[in-house]
Amino acid sequence: MNSIKKYSGILWIILGPFAIYWLAQTALHEIAKKPLLDTKIQWGVFVFVFIPIAIGMMIFGWYALKGEYDHLPESSEEI
Amino acid sequence: MNPASQPAETKSIWKIIGASSLGTMIEWYDFYIFGSLAPVLATQFFPKTNPTAALLSTLATFAVGFIVRPFGALVFGRLGDIVGRKYTFLLTLVLMGGSTFAIGLVPSFATIGYWAPIIVLLLRLIQGLALGGEYGGAATYVAEHAPPERRGYFTSWIQTTATLGLFISLAVILATRHSLDSDPALSIQKFESWGWRIPFLVSIVLVGVSIYMRLKMHESPLFSSLKKEGKTSTNPLKESFGHKANLKMVLLALFGATMGQGVVWYTGQFYAQSFLENACKIDFDQSRTILIWAILFATPFFVVFGSWSDKVGRKWIMMTGMLLAIASYRPIYQVFVDKTDIAVLAKNADVVREKPVDLSGYIDSTHFLEKQTTRLVFPGGMSATEQISDTIVLMPGTKGFNRYPLFSQQLQQPVLSVSKTTTTYSHKTLPVATYWLFALLVFVQIVFVTMVYGPIAAFLVEMFPTKIRYTSMSLPYHIGNGVFGGLTPFIATLLTTIYTGDKLVGLYYPIIIAAVCLVIGVLYVSNKIDKDVTD
Repeated sequence: MNSIKKYSGILWIILGPFAIYWLAQTALHEIAKKPLLDTKIQWGVFVFVFIPIAIGMMIFGWYALKGEYDHLPESSEEI
Repeated sequence: MNPASQPAETKSIWKIIGASSLGTMIEWYDFYIFGSLAPVLATQFFPKTNPTAALLSTLATFAVGFIVRPFGALVFGRLGDIVGRKYTFLLTLVLMGGSTFAIGLVPSFATIGYWAPIIVLLLRLIQGLALGGEYGGAATYVAEHAPPERRGYFTSWIQTTATLGLFISLAVILATRHSLDSDPALSIQKFESWGWRIPFLVSIVLVGVSIYMRLKMHESPLFSSLKKEGKTSTNPLKESFGHKANLKMVLLALFGATMGQGVVWYTGQFYAQSFLENACKIDFDQSRTILIWAILFATPFFVVFGSWSDKVGRKWIMMTGMLLAIASYRPIYQVFVDKTDIAVLAKNADVVREKPVDLSGYIDSTHFLEKQTTRLVFPGGMSATEQISDTIVLMPGTKGFNRYPLFSQQLQQPVLSVSKTTTTYSHKTLPVATYWLFALLVFVQIVFVTMVYGPIAAFLVEMFPTKIRYTSMSLPYHIGNGVFGGLTPFIATLLTTIYTGDKLVGLYYPIIIAAVCLVIGVLYVSNKIDKDVTD
């Protein structure tokens, strides 16, 4: 189980940049298609909000790959 | 264990739950009346040149309310871990109540121009910040009073508040909409003109009662004990997110639980209603009463699953809820589409067409709009309004008579071109059997909500230590519920405008997010219940 946890970390690391790329591509495409202020605001908000989350996903993946989740803390002493 | 940190007696915990839940429910009520009234607010506060743009602007404002929630979680979470739970969630209540009341007082765009949307946006931001600080405080407060073996049960009462807040917001809106005049049409007209302010203004009374109740509450025993011993955190943000050991748990809580919970919550309770109203074009009242019935019958399940999680653990109940949601969303929404497809129904039944109403008229000197509405009544009880329209471009500068065939209009200029005739159906009224079928299908979705949401407060509380609990659990909750979940109706609707071939394409957003969360949750989240949250 621990090795599945570890190696699926690679998947979460890849998912981060993939999500950023898809988001940026779609945002640019939609803004070019309909260059209104409304469109720019909407997609600007999405990019602003979801990019840090995607980076969080990459960090999560990195921790998983390093085996940080092999053992979860059982008391606050471990945190 | 210090005597001060002993869980409160069962009798007094009901007082604690009552005071905490009432305040939290009112905050959700305040937050949701804005979303529920989005189309009305669009006409009041945003330029009317393009109704879709106006609606999107309101939804964007709605989204702003969700996006700032994580910031509220940071600001008030920090305060709650330093000053205490009681005063922090008292402050959030005051901010929320004040801003909601103020929205009810803002003059319209027609009166003060762009100041109107700017003020509304600012007030909405305050609402979002306040809500970001509220939930974590209430859940932490109740959990820190609850006996360990019944933590899931007691915190599940807090979990009912979001749904009940939505329920009350819908009920107040419907009641106001129909009580402003004895003539139903005039009552709706009055509601859209000024009556929409009432649900916002009513909030101040509810908030007043709740503030009174909360003032009488004591600080959480666990926090008081920490404070007495001088062990509270001096920098909760750094300790929560700057230390790897805690940050990894915050990330796990977000990606393995709250992100999936958020999309399931908002699909079942918000997107369902939005889809019925905007995609299926079901009548305003019916689309809301369907949700009201579904909420009414599904709400007890929050307590059922919260309580059950005390026996079998939190994880598998939440994961099962996500799995069921992923598997059933498309079939459920396909039923909504099929049962309201008027074009198909009209082919298979003898439809009665009431006398058409001709709404044609000149748009300007060279454009004539042909528009005719007819009420269609089907044998089973279904009815809908059919609207046929096209725009005729007239030859400029010429005079003469021309009969256009669609509604036999007499035009005084020759026709240059005619746009493609469009037929739309709206204001659909469902027959009794279909109405209850839809209520059942929304109920099923809300049961999934109760599975993912009922145990999550106890789950989050048990993940983090007392001294940084408020901050640590609030952020993943509000990113998951607020950002991922709150944006669901918005992103799903946007997807249907990008990929127009599939009416159900919007569901891919909650399905994909919930699926990723399910995999992470199954792999990494522990099912073990942490009995001791005093550390």
